[in-house]
Amino acid sequence: METARILIYDGSFNGFLTSVFKAFDEKIVVSDIQSNAISQSGLFSETETVFTQMDLAKRVWNGIQRKSNLAIKNIYFAFLSGQKGIELQLYRYILKLFAKKQSIATDYADEIVMKISQLAKSVGREKHRMEAFVRFQLTQDGIYFANIEPDFDVLPLISKHFRSRYADQQWIIYDVKRKYGLFYNMESVEIVTLDLEEVYTNSIQKNKAFTNEEYDYQDLWNDYFKSTNIKSRINKKLHTQHVPKRYWKYLSEKKEAV
Amino acid sequence: MSFERVREKLNILADAAKYDVSCSSSGSIRTNKNKGLGNSSGMGICHSYTEDGRCVSLLKILLTNYCIFDCAYCVTRKSNDIKRAAFKIQEVVDLTINFYRRNYIEGLFLSSGIFKNPDFTMERLVAVAKKLRLEENFNGYIHLKSIPGASDELMFEAGLYADRLSVNIEIPTISGLKLLAPDKKHEDFTKPMLKVKNEIVRYKSERKIIKNTPKYAPAGQSTQMIIGATGESDKDIMYSATHYYKNYNMKRVYYSGYVPVAEDSRLPSIGSQVPMLRENRLYQTDWLLRFYGFDIREILNNSTPNLDIDIDPKLGWALRNLNHFPVDINTADKRMLARIPGVGMQSVNRILKARKFRRLDREHLKRMGVALNRAKYFMVCGAKNWETKDLQPETIKGLILQSSQGKFRNKYSSQLSLFN
Ligand code: SF4
Repeated sequence: METARILIYDGSFNGFLTSVFKAFDEKIVVSDIQSNAISQSGLFSETETVFTQMDLAKRVWNGIQRKSNLAIKNIYFAFLSGQKGIELQLYRYILKLFAKKQSIATDYADEIVMKISQLAKSVGREKHRMEAFVRFQLTQDGIYFANIEPDFDVLPLISKHFRSRYADQQWIIYDVKRKYGLFYNMESVEIVTLDLEEVYTNSIQKNKAFTNEEYDYQDLWNDYFKSTNIKSRINKKLHTQHVPKRYWKYLSEKKEAV
Repeated sequence: MSFERVREKLNILADAAKYDVSCSSSGSIRTNKNKGLGNSSGMGICHSYTEDGRCVSLLKILLTNYCIFDCAYCVTRKSNDIKRAAFKIQEVVDLTINFYRRNYIEGLFLSSGIFKNPDFTMERLVAVAKKLRLEENFNGYIHLKSIPGASDELMFEAGLYADRLSVNIEIPTISGLKLLAPDKKHEDFTKPMLKVKNEIVRYKSERKIIKNTPKYAPAGQSTQMIIGATGESDKDIMYSATHYYKNYNMKRVYYSGYVPVAEDSRLPSIGSQVPMLRENRLYQTDWLLRFYGFDIREILNNSTPNLDIDIDPKLGWALRNLNHFPVDINTADKRMLARIPGVGMQSVNRILKARKFRRLDREHLKRMGVALNRAKYFMVCGAKNWETKDLQPETIKGLILQSSQGKFRNKYSSQLSLFN
């Protein structure tokens, strides 16, 4: 019997898809698929490094998409959750998908289908939240700058939203946790890494990186936030359910509460 | 602009606008062309939530809180001794643009007290919207409040720049309105609504022939009713709402529990509780009408003029109509699935899709997010018998309340709180 192998890939989505291609193509018995950043070999498995190949990744992507649009979306979203062991689950999901004629993406009574669908949903929820909770601060050099720290890697998912919304201003959205960001230069969006000396949370103290006007508008927004609250209806529990505390440090309306 | 001055105005004019709950920013699609600022995606985004748990999506302010009228339920009423202020047109434009650029808001919700006369006021509201669209190339969301009594010409112009227009009915019954707002006539509210409705219909049919006809109030119109200021029943409120949905093509009707703002013998006294749970029940009923295929007469009628407070309206209906149950999960149509307490629309759609693959049993339903503690009294699936067929409505209600203690209690006040 062939021994099971662990595929090690570079952590990118295309790398993962390449691994899937390889596994199918060479009929490998996969015991795990691990990102090289966190790989740990199993006792009885051989490891094998997979090099990302765009054309192979593309073929897998197209193959899944031909089966089901919902499936490819769920797979991509669930992948971005970065949850431990997600690759193997997705691999099994894809095996299932190709084993059946009918698209199994809506077979919600199946445990793994429901799980991937729900994980994709959570990532989708955070995507939506980030579209809501990004707070730009205007820097001295005229760039609208925002830090975020989402649970999942949602930057690739929100790029389009911000590009079409803020087409006439330069902006950067920077993921502090994953140490990369998006920079829109009024033409296109680039991926950037920055050497941030400090993380610009929304603090009461002014920072010289930003314009004075910036702080005036933050104050106005803060005031607005306060005066729109109706005291006789207060419901803190509902409030934190909608605006989880882990996001507060980047919300200008919350700077006094942090 | 002078920040100190604007800050002071903002405090006054946001405070006065906060009782208007119609704040949704959804339902309009305005794409960003020629590298302008903003777009409306149709989804609507809540950028923050107030400490009372309501969505903050738009910069919601009054242009002024001066008013020549004296409606008893309104903070802005003439006889109220409060600080007054008025924004300049440019100040509102600057605030909107700068908040929008920082991703604080989806757009502007502009309302106003009535200074001088309705037309004079409406003209200024329109001027703000026009400036945002034409000079600032702004594609974000704009909701203008129509001023009751404003002329047809101004209402027409407003619809060219705004995504949504609304007039608040405020008091659900005509007799209540007479009592609390003696200066206002019922027609002052309905006339502009009718005008907007007709223009929307006209523009839509023209767009079918001439493609580049501009959009007219693409997100439609909405209205708001204050709940619990006068002695109306839930039936009065919901029948009135249904009337506006039907006859004026309303996109949304909002229900706003009355917050006592005046010591007035005609009104609940200051310090009385805001009827938040009642408000929540009305929203739930509204959902049942719009998304679950219920007819209002099924839920509220002469024998049931008011909604239950302790259970949601779908459960209430089910308990009064046990003859429609049990529903078979594996064969029932969409309409009946949606009527099972504990099964929300999302679960309905999952069930419909999942049962193509296999016969569903309880384990499956649980995995799919169905609240079995409620649903089990109203359904059959798989081999399981309908275990509760002999139970009386009161018994079922008791059992459900027992099993979901607290859950119902915590559902106060969220206008968007989902139930299933
Ligand atoms: S006309 Fe409008 S602003 Fe003036 S008192 Fe009546 S409700 Fe308030």
